[in-house]
Amino acid sequence: MKRLYSILVENRSGVLSKVSGLFARRCFNIDSLAVGETDDPDVSCITIVSSGEKSTLEQIEKQLNKKIDVIKIKTFSEDESISRELMLVKVKYTKANRREIMEICEILDAKIVDMSKNLMMIQICDTPDKTALLLRMLNGVAIIEVARCGTLALQKCSLSD
Amino acid sequence: MIGSDAIVKCLEKEGVTTLFGYPGVAICPFFNSILNTKIESILVRSEQNAAHAASGYARVTGKPGVCVATSGPGATNLITGIATAYADSIPLICITGQVDSKLLGSDVFQEADITGAAESFVKYSYLIKDVADIPRIMKEAFHIATTGRKGPVLIDVPIDVQNSTITGFKYPDSVNMRTYKPTVKGHAVQIKKVRTELAKAKRPLICAGGGVILSCAQKELRDFSHTYSIPVVSTMMGISAMTNDDPLYFGMIGNNGKSYANRAMKECDLLIVIGARIADRAVSSPDLVTKDTVLIHIDVDPAEIGKNVGPTIPIVGDIRSIFNDLAKESAECDFHAWLKTLQGYKKAEKPRKAPRRKYVDPAKFITVLSEALDKNAVYVADVGQNQMWSCGYYIAKGGRFLTSGGMGTMGYSIPAAIGAKKADMKRDVVAVCGDGSFQMSMCELATMVQNDIPIKIIVFNNGYLGLVREYQHNTYKANYSMVNLGTCPDLSKIAEAYDLLYWRLDNNTDMEKEVKSFLAQKKAGIMECMLDPMDTVK
Repeated sequence: MKRLYSILVENRSGVLSKVSGLFARRCFNIDSLAVGETDDPDVSCITIVSSGEKSTLEQIEKQLNKKIDVIKIKTFSEDESISRELMLVKVKYTKANRREIMEICEILDAKIVDMSKNLMMIQICDTPDKTALLLRMLNGVAIIEVARCGTLALQKCSLSD
Repeated sequence: MIGSDAIVKCLEKEGVTTLFGYPGVAICPFFNSILNTKIESILVRSEQNAAHAASGYARVTGKPGVCVATSGPGATNLITGIATAYADSIPLICITGQVDSKLLGSDVFQEADITGAAESFVKYSYLIKDVADIPRIMKEAFHIATTGRKGPVLIDVPIDVQNSTITGFKYPDSVNMRTYKPTVKGHAVQIKKVRTELAKAKRPLICAGGGVILSCAQKELRDFSHTYSIPVVSTMMGISAMTNDDPLYFGMIGNNGKSYANRAMKECDLLIVIGARIADRAVSSPDLVTKDTVLIHIDVDPAEIGKNVGPTIPIVGDIRSIFNDLAKESAECDFHAWLKTLQGYKKAEKPRKAPRRKYVDPAKFITVLSEALDKNAVYVADVGQNQMWSCGYYIAKGGRFLTSGGMGTMGYSIPAAIGAKKADMKRDVVAVCGDGSFQMSMCELATMVQNDIPIKIIVFNNGYLGLVREYQHNTYKANYSMVNLGTCPDLSKIAEAYDLLYWRLDNNTDMEKEVKSFLAQKKAGIMECMLDPMDTVK
């Protein structure tokens, strides 16, 4: 089972290591992790995607709550949230496959953001499964480098909000 | 006023009168500032023992124990002591010196990232970078260590911060932490459910853990169990929460516990776990607990609830406060048939197989020793066979039983006994250890003598690391490896070297007389008991 944790923490040095260290020590999975400042410069938001059994996912929340630098935790399933990943892919192209790559990008709403005689860089900002799909579609192409950020997620707006 | 003066001032404001430590250059400003106060600082012989002594002190006074060490190896030596305190939820304030803050991260002499290294063993840690933060951080540290689930807090102070001038020192009256607000009061609806379940139950049982003692709820526990005649078993950390003469007390559970206590755990239909973790050594298969049992789990730490076993009714809060709420209303119940069954189990318990007659029987010795001790004496058990025998045969009469339960740190008893005695010089304090654990903290005999801390040390000498030997006997068909301690040192000569009294017991002859005369001495001393090397716990 997958679960997303949006963790608001005090923006102090060492806090990320305390949070990630907790996951390592207690053998909790980190599928992905993203960190950034919020609108309040004293507060950072750590987004962690984890997976495991229900009891483990509950323990993660409880153990995180024990950390004194943790201000608030929101946890939700994938359905309850909007999540995005940003990925940059550098590929080698030839005359023969250039058109095909451009078509894939068009279909998957990815952008070509840089290019040279032999290389081009593709940017995609989409749900984690779409970014994974792009990589699969580019399977036949020579991928030179991939840079990908952790999943960012916020709970969906509800009608009552 | 400089930073180190400010730290000392904060300790005074918190009512600290004693601390345990070991110096080094990086903490010298602090130990210079301490000279201008009434705080007594006791020089131990190894930093780990400063933390253990602070732990013994904390457990007897109920106030946080303070230990102080220097940077680098001084700080890393503290870690085992900190981890030991963390595992047993003992409140400690650990202050370490650190290299100049401008040099942090450059691997200079005696630099160690102690806040990083100790992270998973502390409740919280601080690295002070601005001298102006000292009063706030000290106030927060004491607050964090002593509230909620108690535990050690580490404060790392670079030498330049200790030497910086602080202007307008003011110790805050309160803390302002948006992220830390432990629950004290148990949820009223949940507490009501306890009464409902009690009224339904036929075979209820209370399992009392160390949390009962940490929240000073021994009296409340006894009152609660007597109001309804509910039998009580305890975990290792819960020993001395009930007294042994209490007809409702049925001993310690676990793989080294009493069989009737474990039987009670198996057969009860309502289990009230109070301040215990349901850890592996106490309950080997926790998932079996809830199969046919209603489980009420009371703990101050919400993360403990559901960690090892899923409760039917969780209650988070301070145990004493929850007992007080429970006592406000009553439920109708009658458990006399169940009590009778348990008393039958207790009577049917087979006595331990006595060792060969030319040796001391440790079980008999511990019974005799605890009978001879003062009512409010502190008994500190070390780790190993001595601990298992102590847990099994110590007779609680209202005093305290201390041991390293969670971490099982060998060498705990002597330094912890030093701390316990320092906490209350009027109380009798005995440390009971094996020849292995004795040698692990033998260096502290000097601390004891130099500072006039007359504790009594019992050494069970069997020439082996007995508990591991016993394990190898059962698991590796008596192929012993790394467990033979030989016959040295000669403890009578050690006692002489440290100017301690020395008693030796070869067998059970005159045991009571010898123990009584040993305990009656004013001076510190060692009593060596010669044990059958092949004696076992069970």
